[in-house]
Amino acid sequence: MKFKVNGNEVFASTGGRPFDKKKPLIIFVHGSGLTHMTWVLQTRYFAFHGYNSLAVDLPGHGLSSGKSLKSIEEMADWVSSVIDAVGHKEASLVGHSQGCLVTVECTSRYPGKIKTLSLMGGAGAIPMNPELLSLAENNDPKAVDLMMDWAHGPAGHFGGHPVPGLYHINTGTMLAKSRTIQNTLGVDFRACDNYKNGFEAAKKIKCPTLSILATDDKMCPVKEGKKLASLIDGSQVDIIDNCGHMMLLEEADRVLTVLKKFITTNYPPLSS
Amino acid sequence: MSDKKKELKPNTYKFDTLSLHAGYQPHKNAGARQVPIYQTTSYLFDDVDHAAALFNLERGGHIYSRISNPTVGVLEERVASLEGGTAALATSSGMSAIFLTIMTLCEAGDHLVVSSQLYGGTVNLFRLTLPKFGITCTFVKPRDTEGFKKAIKKNTKGIYGELVGNPGNELMNMPEIANIAHEAGIPLIVDSTYQTPYLCKPFEHGADIVIHSLTKWMAGHGSSMAGILVEGGNFDWMQNDKFPTMTKPYEGYHGLSFAEEFGPTAFTMKARAEGMRDFGPCLSPQNAWNVLQGLETLSVRMKKHCENAEEMVKYLSNHESVAWVSHPSAPNHPDTKLANKLLPNGKGSMIAFGIKGGKDAGVAFINNVKLASHLANVGDTRTLVIHPASGTHSQMDEATLKFAGLSHDMIRLSVGMEDIDDIKNDFEIGFRAARKPRLVSNQ
Repeated sequence: MKFKVNGNEVFASTGGRPFDKKKPLIIFVHGSGLTHMTWVLQTRYFAFHGYNSLAVDLPGHGLSSGKSLKSIEEMADWVSSVIDAVGHKEASLVGHSQGCLVTVECTSRYPGKIKTLSLMGGAGAIPMNPELLSLAENNDPKAVDLMMDWAHGPAGHFGGHPVPGLYHINTGTMLAKSRTIQNTLGVDFRACDNYKNGFEAAKKIKCPTLSILATDDKMCPVKEGKKLASLIDGSQVDIIDNCGHMMLLEEADRVLTVLKKFITTNYPPLSS
Repeated sequence: MSDKKKELKPNTYKFDTLSLHAGYQPHKNAGARQVPIYQTTSYLFDDVDHAAALFNLERGGHIYSRISNPTVGVLEERVASLEGGTAALATSSGMSAIFLTIMTLCEAGDHLVVSSQLYGGTVNLFRLTLPKFGITCTFVKPRDTEGFKKAIKKNTKGIYGELVGNPGNELMNMPEIANIAHEAGIPLIVDSTYQTPYLCKPFEHGADIVIHSLTKWMAGHGSSMAGILVEGGNFDWMQNDKFPTMTKPYEGYHGLSFAEEFGPTAFTMKARAEGMRDFGPCLSPQNAWNVLQGLETLSVRMKKHCENAEEMVKYLSNHESVAWVSHPSAPNHPDTKLANKLLPNGKGSMIAFGIKGGKDAGVAFINNVKLASHLANVGDTRTLVIHPASGTHSQMDEATLKFAGLSHDMIRLSVGMEDIDDIKNDFEIGFRAARKPRLVSNQ
């Protein structure tokens, strides 16, 4: 569906179901340089099980217009505006990688609006490798290739996509190259690198929180994810073996099972 | 110690590694090192909710082997990885891959621009069978790049061709024709059977969908029929209103928009969800496994095929019984420059040559060679020969044969991996017989 936030058109996948204001809202926030499509193996399930599932394209990404936002703080405010724009008062947030920084910051800023927080491959800070950052800011496609290499665990490098016939790494590469790299990945990487408030923001979070981490995640290692989770009261942690940073694709079923249990328990769907 | 900073390089697996490993994780398959053959029709659901989620594309997995199968899935991912594609869908033959591609792309009333130099069966599909479904085609000679542009109409939904045409070996200018297609907002579909991804990756030159008959070089052993379509993931289906079945809510899946939901894999998802459901040209797991065995040695075999082919080009070019030779490696081939650009690892192992003495000499040659097999296939590890005008392209009338660049003296040669001297010696037997065509053809 399309709607406007701050004058710019926003695209969000509704998981194949019409948006229904009566249903509780879950917002999925993608990682650096990516799009709503990374969530396809999570969003459709919730959309067909009593929720409004909204996988957004951040401004300037995927099918959304406007320019990419330059800071995690701006993105956090933007997510809050999305909730308003679709006519809801509250939402459950799910973030991946950079999306974790955004949703942590958003939850700390708008505690009354956010009912649950789910973090996948999250950390309190994501400092960027300077060379990778420079490649992305200079529009070099090698930045995407490096990101796809590091983002997939050893097992993920062999493939084995849960959807028959799809090949992880090339699909991710196409998503990250679908818009101009320096305007998406470059801006996002800089925003991640600049963001320093993650640990302080985490301390303010009071809603039920889940962290899904992966043993082979090179971009946001388990110890960093645990450090963030330890600062959030009552945070649950689930660790997936043999999996890299792209857990939402590499181990989509496992992620969905854990996410489903957590969200339906803490933020029940509209019963049919 | 040098303090020179090490350059960052992606360590994703390369071609030879992918051809052995892509698409398969032993630890998810009881530790089996070889890909298991899942000889089964169907798969258990955990519960009703799980079943509904699978049918509704809410989660990945297998339901019924007409739609997908774990062994076939490994093959699909492996070929997608080798081509640099986002997704692939394997079918029971190359022809069914072509048919499924067209039926996923087009509706009744649509039009395609098609290269005139194609495998004879493909020509007949476009010329005679697709019109029965309300899909019409305009044929353009492969070297007539501007002709492709001129043939595009308002209802044209794609351009289709073989990079190196069967059997005349004329090249289409893939990068330029891709630009023409993209300017018109339509995809370029390339049958890359002759090349395999070892010789050419069409997505790097603008193609949007790649088709293979896996029966040929990809398998190599000539034991199993199989086909595949591969998606490049770069085509924007939402740029115009030409592809409503990709972009608008689809009734068959609760209003799903394939382009919105699946983006770079939308075409494959639709081809599987709709095409395999409704037409059902599924690949058997045994044949998928057989093809996987061949794929493991693809680069090694293609090097040998190309090496032997280049030797045969030299041999035939200097032979007194040969009127002409067509192969992209031949110095007088009109497309050498383009071939060097698009086929840097080798020009393939298909040779067309004209035999002096015309049709009778050709028949005599084919009837007398002993090592080369006379059959309707290409890309076997063994050397194969055929006389297209009386074999693979015999269902084409005179005018169509001429437009496709086929002559009655043409022999199509698929060079195998035998010792090159043995192939040449065998050809000498054929040529000797061809010089006495009347005697031999009356046998």
